[in-house]
Parts: sequence; C-alpha cells; structure tokens
Amino acid sequence: MRPERLPDAAALAARIPDGARVALAADYAGSPLAVVRALVRRGARELRLLGVPQLGLAADILVGAGCAVELETAAVGLGEFGIAPCVERARRAGRLVLRESTCPAIHSALQAAEKGLPFLPVRGILGSDLVALRPDWRVIDNPFSPHDPILLVPAIRPDVALLHVPLADRAGDLWIGVRRELMLMAHAAKATVASVERLVDGSLLADPLRAPGTIPALYVAAFAEVPNGAAPTALWGEPADLGALEAYARAAASPEGFARWLDAWLAA
Amino acid sequence: MSPRWTRRELLIAAIADLLAGCRHVAVGAASPIPAAGALLARERDPDLRVSLLGSAAHNGFTDGGKELFDCAAQGRIEAFFLSGVQIDGRGAVNLLGLRGADGRLERRFQGCFGAPYLAFLVPRLVLFKEEHTPSTLVERVDFVTAPGTGPAGVHRPGGPALLLTGRCLFRFEGGGFLLERLHPGETVEGVREATGFAFGCAEPVGTTPAPDDATLAAIRGPVARALASAYPRFARDLSG
Repeated sequence: MRPERLPDAAALAARIPDGARVALAADYAGSPLAVVRALVRRGARELRLLGVPQLGLAADILVGAGCAVELETAAVGLGEFGIAPCVERARRAGRLVLRESTCPAIHSALQAAEKGLPFLPVRGILGSDLVALRPDWRVIDNPFSPHDPILLVPAIRPDVALLHVPLADRAGDLWIGVRRELMLMAHAAKATVASVERLVDGSLLADPLRAPGTIPALYVAAFAEVPNGAAPTALWGEPADLGALEAYARAAASPEGFARWLDAWLAA
Repeated sequence: MSPRWTRRELLIAAIADLLAGCRHVAVGAASPIPAAGALLARERDPDLRVSLLGSAAHNGFTDGGKELFDCAAQGRIEAFFLSGVQIDGRGAVNLLGLRGADGRLERRFQGCFGAPYLAFLVPRLVLFKEEHTPSTLVERVDFVTAPGTGPAGVHRPGGPALLLTGRCLFRFEGGGFLLERLHPGETVEGVREATGFAFGCAEPVGTTPAPDDATLAAIRGPVARALASAYPRFARDLSG
C-alpha cells in the first residue's frame, strides 16, 4: 500500500488513534512537536508512549495535557533544563504508568520486532533493581554455554512510529541520515506517521548518497510537509530554541503555569 | 589569593588526566563536566575517540542509538563516565530517584539511561559526582541502577574503577573505595565528614594538580566551543 500524503499536522494526528502505543525518538533526533500539538488539540486519550530510547518535551506535554497515560522509556527529561515536570507530577499522583527501562533493552526489543522475533537477549542489567520492576523480562541460562545467566526482553511492536524528518520525496520515502534509530522505529512499528520539514523532487532512493539513510515508503502509512515541525527542539543542524525550552521548563514547574503555557501554545 | 581556576576547571583537567592513553571514551547524557574532560583529553591527544551520548555533533556512529551499546559489548569502548543521584560505598549507582519513608519512589529524576548495561561492560567505568555530601555519597543507594560488583556468575568484563567528586578522587578496590587524591584545600578529615560511607586511604594520599595555563586556555576555548551543541548553557558559562 502506498503511503498517503496528507495536508498537515492535524491530518497526521488523525492517523494516531486513542489508546495507540506510539514510539517517539529523543529530542535531539527531531521531535514531532507540530503533530503533538495537533494531538492535544484533538483531545487524544490514553496514548502509551515508548521512548527510543528516551523521552523529552513531547512526552511531558502529552502527559500534562492528559493525552498519555503510560510511558516506557530509559529516561524522560528536558535535557539541561532538568526533569520533565508534568511527568513527575502525574507519576506522584498515580495518574501515569511508568515502565522503567534502559536504552539497550529498548533497542533490543525493537530489533526483535523488526526481525519478527518474540524476544532478544541483552547483556548486563542483571543485578540492577530494574529487573524487579519488569515482571515481563526473563532471565535464562545461556543454552550454548552454561553458567552464563542472561536477560531476555520481549519484542516491542509499537502501533505507530511518529517521526519528524528533514526530507522526504513525494513517494513518501523519508530521509533520516545517520539517525538510524528512526529506521529501527519504522521497521518495528506497525505503521510510520511522519511530519516532514521539506519535500524534495525526484526519488531519494535513486540517489546512492541518500538512499542508505532513507526509510523506504514501504514502512510509511502517512506523511505531510510540516515546516518547522520540530520546534522548539533541535532538528539536524538547526539548534534547539533554548529560550523557548527554558521558558517551558519554568512555566511547567507548576500546574497553573503549564496550563497557561499550553493555552498559549495551542493558540499559536 | 583565590586561584585562577574554578572547581569545575580543576575537575575537567583531572578527568582529562584520567583518560591519558585511552583510545575510545564514551560519556553519558546529562554529564557536562565529564564531557568537557573527555574533549580536553582529545585536545591533548587527537587520536582519542570521544562519543558523547545525546549529542549529534560528537557522535561518530552511523548505526543509530544502539551502536554505542553494541560497541561496548564488544569491548570497543575503554572508558565511560557515569553520574547519579547517589553513589554508595559498594560502588552501586542510583540514577532513578529517592525513596520516601514508605519505601516508594518519592522523587524521580530522569531515569536509568544506559547505565544498567554500560556499568557491566565498559572496563574503565569512572563514577562522577561533583556534589560530595553525606546525602549523595551514601552507605546504601535507594535504588540500584547498577551494582558496583557482581552478581556472581554474571558476565561482567567492566565495572567501577574510580570515583571523582568535587573534593577528591577515590579508587574502587576489593568492593570498596580507597581515597587516592585530595583536591587542593581538602583534608582527609573533611572528606570523611562529607562522605556517607566508610573508606580507606592510599599511602600516601596525593593531591590533584591544579590546571596549568595551557589547560585553562584549552578548556575556555576549543573545549567550550566543542561542547556548545550538546550543553549550550554549560558551554556558555565555561567560556567565561
């Protein structure tokens, strides 16, 4: 099936049903904030977010706005601007399920999914209190070399990989350069929904320099050109808007401040 | 007369010294001082490969976020810096949060990141905690993100080697810490008072050297510039 080219961020958000398990990349890999804003405007509910491998501003907004009820991630925060305040408030109030994880467990779980496998083994981690928090993880003895306990993590197959990418062609091939965790997300998820900074003429797959860093349209359900779609987070080469991030961290420190910030952001 | 350098610059220089002879060092997210130290070491030895997690600019990987972890599991990363909310006398680190009286997580910080994995696999794990107080260096951490040793039988080519704080440098040996160097102005007694766990002393206990002019110029110039993309606020302060 060909990916559908949609007009805007709102149309992309409409492709993400309530209750969906949505994979998001870290803020430094281009966070799809324009689509997040459209999800909040729609009043999306019960989203379950997966950090690949960590979550940031998008998750804090979705939790603060009542759109997300679960996070699975190796970390969630605002980088130099500290913890994610809405996430921490929701956690303390018992309004949020936090499935604590670690970067390589998430990568391996997605790699299992992209291979169609039920699980993958991961080194390390045994002896961490994380293991007790994850009843869905298992420890087995290495069947090839006994007396070598090793952790197994079940595959994670997100409903949607939600990406913001710098370039796409009109066929829906998405260029992600070296940010291959976005490729992993697309491979593992049932569907990829992407906002695109800029559409280009011709085929990205026909260009041998770009093709290796391109997610083929095969994985893509829907895409739309959304210029400035990652602001205020960073997008390849474009630095983050630090003033805006700092203003968010300050505002979201209180529920009232977050509500005011959200109103202004939704109105913008 | 107050010194011409700041405590941060002393720590950055000390970290660069610890990396002499290394070929590949990785630094975790949210670790600006270790990142600066690693970049300073690279100023001195351009062959040193520095991988900063969470930085697009200082990330020589091309296979996505998983590549660093794959590299570590193969022994391709020699040194890694890990900070935490708490570090205990048995070398365990806690990145997750602090428990309240009822045992529940009362304050959660950002999360465990890759620590429960890298602490097992990187041979020269340097623990770093600038804030050296009885509440950060504790007898037992509230949550074990990664244990200092063991568990028995688990594949563990790596683990803690050193602990650098705002006051001193400890060596991790035999499951506990040994005070190796004091930073200028610190005393053994002062460090004991500020530390929540018991430790031994090397004989003799040395002193961390103050950064020289060339080191300070490198920190305030090329190192600060190189850090700007990953830690813009920190880099701005560093360049003065």
